[in-house]
Amino acid sequence: MSARSFTAPTSLDEALTALAGGARPVAGGTDLVVGARQGKAPLPDALLAIHRIDGLGGITEDGAGLTLGTLATHEEIVAHPAIRDRFTALADASAIVGSHATRAQGTIGGNLMNASPAMDAGGPLLCFDASVALRSTKGERVVPLAELWTGPGQTVAAPDELLVSVSVPEPAAGTGSCYVRLEYRRQMEIAVVGATAVVALEDARVADARVAITALSPTIRCVPEAEELLVGTDGDAAVVASAARATAAGSSPISDVRGSAEYRLAMAEVIARRAITGARAPARGEQVPIPASPAMHAARTTGEPGA
Amino acid sequence: MKVETTLTVNGTAYPVELDPHTTLLRAVRDEIGLTGPKEGCDDSECGACMMLMDGKPVNACSYLALQAEGRAITTVEGLAGSEALAPLQRAFLEQGGVQCGFCTPGMLISATALLGSVPDPSEEEIRVALAGNLCRCTGYDGIVRAVHQAAADSATA
Repeated sequence: MSARSFTAPTSLDEALTALAGGARPVAGGTDLVVGARQGKAPLPDALLAIHRIDGLGGITEDGAGLTLGTLATHEEIVAHPAIRDRFTALADASAIVGSHATRAQGTIGGNLMNASPAMDAGGPLLCFDASVALRSTKGERVVPLAELWTGPGQTVAAPDELLVSVSVPEPAAGTGSCYVRLEYRRQMEIAVVGATAVVALEDARVADARVAITALSPTIRCVPEAEELLVGTDGDAAVVASAARATAAGSSPISDVRGSAEYRLAMAEVIARRAITGARAPARGEQVPIPASPAMHAARTTGEPGA
Repeated sequence: MKVETTLTVNGTAYPVELDPHTTLLRAVRDEIGLTGPKEGCDDSECGACMMLMDGKPVNACSYLALQAEGRAITTVEGLAGSEALAPLQRAFLEQGGVQCGFCTPGMLISATALLGSVPDPSEEEIRVALAGNLCRCTGYDGIVRAVHQAAADSATA
C-alpha cells in the first residue's frame, strides 16, 4: 500500500503547513514529472499542488519594477508589454522555453527552483538583478537570484520554503537586453549554450553592462571580466568581440549529449557576441525580433563580423 | 492511496479514482478509455499526448491528472463536437497531413491551439508552433498545408 498523498489547497497558509509537514510542491509539472520519468528524482510521495492558491500568479508593475507571481507562466511573460519593451531578454527567454504547451503550463517559480544551469529565463533575471521571496510557516526572506543557485538542481532554499514571487527592479533608461541560445531544434529544446547581455547606454557610452552565461558553468552566473570590458566604451564591434572572448574564457562547460566542452567553449564566444550585439541594438534604435533566437543567428544587417 | 476526483473531458464528467502520481495521459487513456491521445516518448519531446486544458495546450504525459480537476480537458475525440470531423481534421485528410496517424491527435490539438491564438498564421508560425510535435512519416509539408487550409476555410466561413 503506497503512502502517496495529494493536496491542492487554495490558501497559502495551508500550503506552507503542508510543506512544513514534508509535502513537496508541483505547479506546471513540466520539469518535475519529466524529471521523474527520466530517473532524475522520483515524484514526491506527498504532493502539494499549488496551482489553485490565490495571489501566487500574475505580473504586476509599479514605478520601482516588476513582480512576477511564482505561478506566472512563460506564456504570460512573453505577452507582457513591459517585459517585451524593457526586460526584453526575459521575453526572449520565455518565448523559447519548451513548446507552446510548456509555456502555457510552466511557471517562473518552478523554472527558477529547478535550478538547471541550462534554463533560459535564469540569465535574464540574474542580469536584471532579480530577487526571490521564499516563504515558510516561519516567515519570509528575500534572496538575490545571484545567491539562490548553489549547483545543478541545488538552491539555498530549505525544503519547507516556497518561492512565492520574483522581484525585478526597473532598469535605467537607455537599457537594452538580449538572450540568445544555441539550439538544435526550434521547440522542446534546451540551450546547448546561452548568453544574456544587458547594456545601459548614456550619451552613446556604456554606463553599465551585465553578461551572464547559460549551460556553460554549474550554475547560471555573470562574467564580470566581460562586463568590465564593456563599461566606459562606445560598445563598438571590437569591444563586443573582446567581451565575447572574455565570456568564453570565464566559462567552464561540461561535455554531454548536447555538446562537447570544446564545442561549447567555441560557441560561447559566438553566442555572447550575438547577445551583446542584440542588447546594444535597441539603444541604437535598431530592432531585434522577439525571440532573439534564432533571429540573431541569421542577422547580418549590422555588417559586423559574426553579428 | 487512491484519490477520488472528477475529470471533465470533452464536456463529459468522469468520476475516477487515481494514484497521485498518475499522469493526465494515463488517466484519460486507461481510466476513461479515450485512446486518441498517444504515448510517444512519455518525455515531453514528441507532443503525441497533447490535449487542451481550459483551451491551452498541455503535454498530458507530463501533467498530474489530479491537477486537472475542475478544468475543461479536450482530446482529439472532442474536436469535432457534433460534426463528423472538424474543419481542421478534414483539411488534414484533404492535404495528405496523415500517414501512420500516430502523431495526428497531438498535431490536431497543437494546431487547434495555434489557430485559437493566431487565426491566420504564416508558414513560419505554423512550423514553429508545431515543432513540439514530431512526425516520422509525412515530412510535415502536408500538415502545414492543412493548417493553412483550415485557417483559410474559417476566414471565409
